[in-house]
Amino acid sequence: MLLIPCPHCGPRNETEFDYGGQAGVAYPVDPDSPSDAEWAEYLFLRDNPRGRWRERWVHSAGCRRWFDIERDTFTNEFGPVARPVAGR
Amino acid sequence: MTTGRLPMGGAAIDRARSIAFTFDDVQYTGFAGDTLASALLANGIAVVARSIYHDRPRGVMTAGPEEPNALVQVVWPSGISEPMVNAATAPLVAGMRVRSLTGQGRLETPDDGARFDAVYAHVEVLVIGAGAAGRSACAEARAADPDARVLVLDRDPAAFGDGIQGNTTATGVYDHDYVIAVQQHPVAGTEGRLWRIRAGRVVLATGATERGIAFADNDRPGIMLAGAAATYIRRYAVGPGERAVVFTNNDTTGDVVAALTQVGVEVAAVVDVRRGEVVVGTDGDSEGRLAAVRIARRDGGQGTVVADLLLVSGGWNPNVALWTHARGTLRFDERIAAFVADRPGPTTPMTAVGAAAGEITDLGEIAPMWIVPPPDAEDADGADAWSTHYVDPGRDATVAGLRQALGAGLESIEHVKRYTTIGTGIEQGRTGGVIASAIAASLLGQEVGAVGVPTFRPPLVPVSFAQVAGRDRGALSDPIRVTAIHPWHLERAAVFEDVGQWRRPRYFPIDRETMDQAVLRECAVARTSVAVMDASTLGKIDIQGPDAGILLDRIYTNTFSMLKVGSCRYGLMCRPDGMVFDDGVTSRLTDDRFHMTTTTGNAAAVLDHLEEWLQTEWPELRVRCTSVTEQWSTLAVVGPRSREVVAAIAPGLDVTNDAFPFMTWRDAVIASVAGRVFRISFSGELAFELNVPTPHGLMVWEAVMAAGAPLGITPYGTEAMHVLRGEKGYPIIGQETDGTVTPQDLGMDGLVSKKKSFVGGRSHRRPDAIRPNRKQLVGLLPIDPEALLPEGAQLVPLDADLATTPVPMLGHVTSSYRSAALGRTFALALIKGGRARLGERVLAPLADGSIIEAVITSSVAFDPENRRRDGEPV
Repeated sequence: MLLIPCPHCGPRNETEFDYGGQAGVAYPVDPDSPSDAEWAEYLFLRDNPRGRWRERWVHSAGCRRWFDIERDTFTNEFGPVARPVAGR
Repeated sequence: MTTGRLPMGGAAIDRARSIAFTFDDVQYTGFAGDTLASALLANGIAVVARSIYHDRPRGVMTAGPEEPNALVQVVWPSGISEPMVNAATAPLVAGMRVRSLTGQGRLETPDDGARFDAVYAHVEVLVIGAGAAGRSACAEARAADPDARVLVLDRDPAAFGDGIQGNTTATGVYDHDYVIAVQQHPVAGTEGRLWRIRAGRVVLATGATERGIAFADNDRPGIMLAGAAATYIRRYAVGPGERAVVFTNNDTTGDVVAALTQVGVEVAAVVDVRRGEVVVGTDGDSEGRLAAVRIARRDGGQGTVVADLLLVSGGWNPNVALWTHARGTLRFDERIAAFVADRPGPTTPMTAVGAAAGEITDLGEIAPMWIVPPPDAEDADGADAWSTHYVDPGRDATVAGLRQALGAGLESIEHVKRYTTIGTGIEQGRTGGVIASAIAASLLGQEVGAVGVPTFRPPLVPVSFAQVAGRDRGALSDPIRVTAIHPWHLERAAVFEDVGQWRRPRYFPIDRETMDQAVLRECAVARTSVAVMDASTLGKIDIQGPDAGILLDRIYTNTFSMLKVGSCRYGLMCRPDGMVFDDGVTSRLTDDRFHMTTTTGNAAAVLDHLEEWLQTEWPELRVRCTSVTEQWSTLAVVGPRSREVVAAIAPGLDVTNDAFPFMTWRDAVIASVAGRVFRISFSGELAFELNVPTPHGLMVWEAVMAAGAPLGITPYGTEAMHVLRGEKGYPIIGQETDGTVTPQDLGMDGLVSKKKSFVGGRSHRRPDAIRPNRKQLVGLLPIDPEALLPEGAQLVPLDADLATTPVPMLGHVTSSYRSAALGRTFALALIKGGRARLGERVLAPLADGSIIEAVITSSVAFDPENRRRDGEPV
């Protein structure tokens, strides 16, 4: 049971959140311009590192706000700062 | 006599309180404070179980959670039957009925009514174990910070003191300092509590567990861990035997010999590895109980000692399982010949103290001894030579099995564990795990520390599902949602179905109608007169703000920003991958306000979807979304005579086709309640959806029924709704679609804008989305008009060779019904390139061997010109 630091509500149990996968995968400004390969990469391909990366959470059973935060995928340690809003 | 209850002593028992219980249907008594194991030993019961695979007699071997043998079925006085109860830790309770087992319990399937609770605790310091080291750690923590919340757990029911929870075992440590502990019977009427603890730091004062030594026939009743015998004598005043042999490799047995001597047990021999002496095997009596101990000496001398008690100490393992749950590492400490805590895990601040940290009191100089070769040394490589050297008696796992695993080429101790099942039983490797590692190390020619021990995993002690669930059962776990009109449905004896969490009327049988009969009747009335459905469960989202139209244009495949106030539009929404996600009718209430409807099951997901896009991609849009599903009762009044009913209950509303056309909505006073009427239709009939504030829903429903009574109005349920929309080819998201279906697959190309950008639009041009053989929505008419295709049935070509598998599949049936309007059965299906196959025949080979033949048709089986829906004369 992760203890997730919501930037609005403070540390809360994981069961109050939903996960949003890798952070910073922005929806293309002009979704019509990517090639088929680029579009497929946007849709389906994500990093899968062992170690630190940024990911998205939404505090569904709390403030209902999305934020992204750094987490170590091996230790589950969260970074100190959560950004209230960021790209998809 | 030193077998059974001793005349004096026993710190844990209360001789004034006698407790009656049965074991295998024989009545016995013990004392308050006894464990079940101490009570069995007090009554001279040596054999308490037979082993799971080898069917060998087994007795109590330990006095704690490491017990591998004394696992029994208990029927508690409450009537609850619990399997695999550890007799060495179970309290003796008056009236408990105990049965011996053969390594496997029986789970009672009916709800046993057991009631558990949960406790949430947040503490600065959690101390696990209330022995001397734990109490000292607790005192230190309090001295360092008087305000710190300090919680101490101990598995011993007798543990007490300030901040100490007795009868409570920490069973797992999880991420971010989260500890789960189980507490048995803390208060009357409660079976137990599950503690969920967040701790600033954790102190492991969990002590150490004694381990045995693998020699031939080391599992007989009468063979115990040495420390357990001292525990039974001192705490419970139970003498475990008359004549004892002690087999040891360390000094902790000195105290055990003192305890034995004090109560008069004859100590026939102390066999000390450090003097070059070992126990090589045992002999049993006719029932398999210990009768004699075979001893070998370094000088070659051998002897047999008659004894009914053999007490073994192969050393002590610090209890480090919780340390490894938190991903702390272990190292092999030669000083105590055991694994101790090394580096702590990455997140949970944890320290080990006392015996858990390897400080074993009075251990002295230990001579590591894991395994004693069979008595007949020449035969050491024989198949049976090691077959009674038990490493994990609870699993009947022996040195023979270990040798077999290593002989098969397994080298990782994790693989060896799974091959041999050592440590997978209730004792969880507490006693056998390190022995297995040491034996593996010697056979592999490695150091024990290099081989390591198998990873300890939660739970450390068994936890019942009921205890994990606590009060989160039934409706408290999965609530049942009902509409304001539900009391009427109950009164009318509707048959219900669950749709997500909603309980909806499926059909309203009259007299003894079957579902088929009721649904045919309800559909017929809707198509010929007027019928009404409670559609309140429909998801409703109030969307407000100057940019609301822009949001909807980006979310829906079609355009909403140009929709006129007072009008409604059907919309499809897709995920970014282009697959249909939801559908519904959205109406413009004012310039900057829309009323969105969603499918019943997807309401929450659609709101999440809107909020995610607004927050993360389009924060510049000035829009707010609010769920209003439960604020409005929705009544669908359906059928060619529905207009008369609506006119009667909303007299101020002009319901003529010209004034109130299809796909518009109007404010109206409905049965004296201010609400909205939408001219939308999910049945293909002339229809009005009345929306009134939920508190008035039941009253308005009754008003509709009264106004419609002269016309024979009929309530209908979800099943008739499915049939009516099926006749019209309206898809149900989640039935016709499964996350792999595009709007184009559904034949809804006309609803997909070519001019604007929307979520999923780019994906409709991916090569996979435009390949010609995608499955498309079509209708099916079985050749036999009475044949009902099963939903989910696979469809194959007419000329398919059914004998040669795999048979190439064309698609599958998504919906299938009997139709009153068509006078026959029909179905919807997804078929590869289906729209180019209209008129072709396909086969549905069914599981029972029968085959249904059907012809592919348009997905719209009824009123393709939509005259009824549009309110034109029919």
